[in-house]
Amino acid sequence: MLINAEKLSFARGGKTILQDISMQVSAGEIVTIIGPNGAGKSSLLKVLLGLEKYDSGVLRTNANLRVGYMPQQLQLSPHLPLTVTRFLALAKASKGEIDIAAETVGISRLLTQSMQNLSGGEQQRVLLARAILRKPNLLVLDEPVQGVDITGQAALYRLIGQLRDELNCGVLMVSHDLHLVMAATDTVVCLNQHVCCKGHPDVVSAHPAYLELFGQPLDSALALYTHHHDHTHEHGDSCSYDSSAK
Amino acid sequence: MPEFMIYALIAGLCLTVMTGPMGSMIVWRRMAYFGETLAHAALLGFGLALLFSVPTTVGVVMASVAIAILLSLLSRSSSLSSDTILGILSHGSLAIGLVLLSLLPGITVDLESILFGDVLAVTSDELILIGVVMLIVLPLLVMNWQSFIAICVQEQLAAVEGRKVKLLNNLFMIMMALVIAVGMKVVGVILVTALLIIPAATSRRLARSPEQMALLAVVVGMLAVFGGIFMSLQWDTPAGPSIVTVCAGLFAASMLLRQKI
Repeated sequence: MLINAEKLSFARGGKTILQDISMQVSAGEIVTIIGPNGAGKSSLLKVLLGLEKYDSGVLRTNANLRVGYMPQQLQLSPHLPLTVTRFLALAKASKGEIDIAAETVGISRLLTQSMQNLSGGEQQRVLLARAILRKPNLLVLDEPVQGVDITGQAALYRLIGQLRDELNCGVLMVSHDLHLVMAATDTVVCLNQHVCCKGHPDVVSAHPAYLELFGQPLDSALALYTHHHDHTHEHGDSCSYDSSAK
Repeated sequence: MPEFMIYALIAGLCLTVMTGPMGSMIVWRRMAYFGETLAHAALLGFGLALLFSVPTTVGVVMASVAIAILLSLLSRSSSLSSDTILGILSHGSLAIGLVLLSLLPGITVDLESILFGDVLAVTSDELILIGVVMLIVLPLLVMNWQSFIAICVQEQLAAVEGRKVKLLNNLFMIMMALVIAVGMKVVGVILVTALLIIPAATSRRLARSPEQMALLAVVVGMLAVFGGIFMSLQWDTPAGPSIVTVCAGLFAASMLLRQKI
């Protein structure tokens, strides 16, 4: 177990942002947090990363936890002259390490470019390179395909899957894209301040709480990625409704 | 060369050694308005220092730091947007400072020199003060430079990678307060933000790395100090605004260059 959260709650300015969140990330597992805007997805990542202090609950992390973090799109000032190499070097990495990481995510030809000149997809790959430079056993990715076109999105999810296999690390990511991510993940946590439901993608996408949040029309789009079988909960081990009701 | 001019040049040059890199960071972090707020708070600090008869530099630094703390508290708890809070604190502290100065009994203050600086009247004591501040700020800058850049690029990422973001942000704030306190003597509370931002923006087009930009900003600032003081002697213009005028001219000229990166 890399991260184990039990009943975490987090409030800011008198407003509840997260309530009774229980979730786990294991080694080699891809966990995706989905939820509508304002559901607290990014806040949850920050709490799990220790960037924000939670108000109650228990958060246990593996003693050897080493996190590679990919924030939401960089809001880099156009006044900051920064090449990709220099950006990657900020992870306290050597030239050799940078070359290897760049090769891994396919950005070797971009190394001398200015950070501001990158396309959306290139920038996300550069961020991914910086995350793996930390030699992580957990990758934490906040909306990794944001600002990337649809073919690029599929490629990025494939890359994330490959990285998981190569680095043998857990992956915890946030997404509000629903379709592609379902195919690329082991466990889905559906968040709307509390955990609405969680489990295998097939189970979650049929769960009433999920359908209430994201509606029915998804079914047709999802058909592209899942094979409709007459599943009940045969995969489902941990599909719980509203953890606070337990 | 008359002594007052040598003093003025040394004061100006020492200041720009700090405002180059500090101003670059202000630009990278989009904190121009924050810098201005600290500078305006300096006037309030100046008034309070006179009121309680403590050294004005102490008052100025304490007021700037206090405003910065107040700002972070307010933006955490308040529903107002941070630029509104900045506007209130910035102009509120400037106005209160001006009122305070006018009420102080038996003290007449040369308001213009506080607002726009009076570098040609810098004393040897003030020169020593500027030197001391430089000896504090520069080593801190050099020692923490990589971390400061990492924070300018992405704060949370820097924190996850183990950089002491909170500590460094507080340190940066105190360094800013110190630079503003001595910058007041040279270009005044109104124009000190200009000396932070314009040289940095000017050097952007020539720079290929953050370090180049910071160093070029120092060079631009120094050119402006030379040019401004020369202008002031030649045409009897006020020195602080003259320095900033040269800055603005250099910035305009830089717009003709093609950006390197």
